[in-house]
Amino acid sequence: MIQPSGGMFEVPLGEIWRYRDLVWMLAVRSVSTSYKQTVLGPFWYILQPLMVTAVFSFLFGRMAQFQSDRIPHYLFYMGGLVPWNFFSETVTKNSNIFVENSQIFSKVYFPRFCMPLAVVLSNMIPTLVQFGLFLAGLAFYLLKDNEWTNPSWLIVFTPLVFVQLAALALGVGCIVSAMSRRFRDLTYGVRVGLQLLMFGSAIVFPLTRIAPENRWLFFLNPVVPPIEFFRLAFVGRSLVEPWHLAMSAGISFGLLLIGLIMFHRADRNAMDTV
Amino acid sequence: MAVAIRIENVSKAYRLGELDRSLFLHDWMRKLRGEKEEVDRADPKTFWALRDVNFDVQEGDVVGLLGRNGAGKSTLLKLISQITAPTEGAIKLRGRAASLLEVGTGFHPELTGRDNIFVNGAILGMTKREIAGKFDEIVEFSGIENFIDTPVKRYSVGMRVRLAFSIAAQLETEILILDEVLAVGDAAFQQKCLGRISNISRSGRTVLFVSHDVAAVEALCTRGIVLDQGRVGFDGSQTEAIEFYSSLRGGGTQSLESRPDRKGSGEVRVRAIELRDGAGTSVSVGRVGKPLEVVLHFARSADAQLSPVGVELTVTTHLGAPVFFHASWLEAKEFQKLPEEGEFICRFPELALPAGHYQIGYRLMFRAMRKREAVDALPDAAELHVEAGDFFGTGKLPPPKSGVCLVRGSWTMEGAKS
Repeated sequence: MIQPSGGMFEVPLGEIWRYRDLVWMLAVRSVSTSYKQTVLGPFWYILQPLMVTAVFSFLFGRMAQFQSDRIPHYLFYMGGLVPWNFFSETVTKNSNIFVENSQIFSKVYFPRFCMPLAVVLSNMIPTLVQFGLFLAGLAFYLLKDNEWTNPSWLIVFTPLVFVQLAALALGVGCIVSAMSRRFRDLTYGVRVGLQLLMFGSAIVFPLTRIAPENRWLFFLNPVVPPIEFFRLAFVGRSLVEPWHLAMSAGISFGLLLIGLIMFHRADRNAMDTV
Repeated sequence: MAVAIRIENVSKAYRLGELDRSLFLHDWMRKLRGEKEEVDRADPKTFWALRDVNFDVQEGDVVGLLGRNGAGKSTLLKLISQITAPTEGAIKLRGRAASLLEVGTGFHPELTGRDNIFVNGAILGMTKREIAGKFDEIVEFSGIENFIDTPVKRYSVGMRVRLAFSIAAQLETEILILDEVLAVGDAAFQQKCLGRISNISRSGRTVLFVSHDVAAVEALCTRGIVLDQGRVGFDGSQTEAIEFYSSLRGGGTQSLESRPDRKGSGEVRVRAIELRDGAGTSVSVGRVGKPLEVVLHFARSADAQLSPVGVELTVTTHLGAPVFFHASWLEAKEFQKLPEEGEFICRFPELALPAGHYQIGYRLMFRAMRKREAVDALPDAAELHVEAGDFFGTGKLPPPKSGVCLVRGSWTMEGAKS
């Protein structure tokens, strides 16, 4: 049945499941083609966060004396950057999905939601590589018996951090791409917004540097609790509390639901206006 | 027999022209007021690509969809293959539909043929296992075994097309939608495709087939539907449909008044394109080797004072591959002081094209030699059908599909000089 306007909640979940192989293959395709015809190839996955961490350590850690709660700079900045990069890359790529894929969307039908899902999946690869890099650093400081490096059993919840960030990024990305299929301003807005949001997400400074009466503002930002939890689990120091996590999970999955519905509704006529 | 596709009162509207910034507020106001309808009927900028289309397709039918450029064929196929939703009406499908609207969509140039078979198959709705099971058949059908591990960017166009069709031909969906797929590839491969399509239909699956190749429609289809300006003009046997389609072409004048897809500022507009023979008589087809005049009937809006204007013509194959280009400025000619109505005439003393279907596109350029501003342009404005004629004075012509132009030459033989 193809009708002018379907019901609000008609998201074809079963169909998306049928196309799961496509999601997988699109993800593999995007990973395997992203560094073709480069000399360093996948080393870029490592170089990028290493260089950013180095710059942050130097700029914020040394020059601005932001400190990092005495946590080793490398672990502090990498610990923030690994989840943050995953989130921001996923949002950026998903916020432009209709425009970027208009070629293929206007020629052949498949559940469009496969595309954003594939983006999430393919972003897992660089994240895993960077996570490995973070773990290497962690091992180094543990061997050195650094007294500010105390990973706890909470690390078993690490996958959930990324699941929640994926849900949030998927939700935000879908909302933006649904709203920007006709006017693209929002896509540009998101890029600026993400850059600013990084400073509002306590990536480059610890929350202890914020006056206690202002901290709630940061915890309202749904990106902060999972990232802080990540630091708490691996390094052992953070101000995050369980109810922060619950709230941010609620916001994330709520946005995902809204994003799914908006995306699906936009998809029906998206190709007429892109 | 069961109905495979049912089209009920389907209409599709598009908004013409550029997206205007003011629409942004307009859109949101509408949403806030809770209005569902996105189309403003009274708006003269609303263009109905399809209007009240109704028909059923039975399971196992091979339906040929005919119509001139802009008749709504592609729109209809897009609706049936769920690429976009109808403005009104409903489409019911029994089973899955797979569309092959443009071969090779989704090929990634950096990936090898092998990887692309998997990705493309998945895009078309196959599972990994299904594709793996058919992999050998796909490769064999395409005839590019030797290149299967080469990145697709190194393929020729013909190879890509062959690979793409081979993948789609293995689809096991109940409904297969083909748009102009046969038009590419060499004669042998086309024959292979035709064979494959008739196999598919014999296995009880439904095929919807769009082509300008009347011969292929005649040979393959069991039924023909002709679309004319967004409505069903004819629905019946394929032979009658072809006759109806040919009669649509009518005399030599093809009106462009209703074409919404033109570009340019529009101070001067071409209203119709007419073909004339050497004697100045309006004709519906050109003949190989005979003179042909392409006449652009234009109208200038009263207040427009632009001159000089240059005129360009592009002749392409019906797939859009350029065949030749001619322009007034090639003769260092531009037209001054345009009358309010008139015609630009381009004379070809001798049509050196093989028989076949072509498209004529035009562009009116303000100060063509310097600034190159388009006043009015339409890349596929009219159709040009060329019928066989005596080009070489021997009554003989090169075999079909052996070239895109005719060139005079002379043959001699000489013995070896000692």
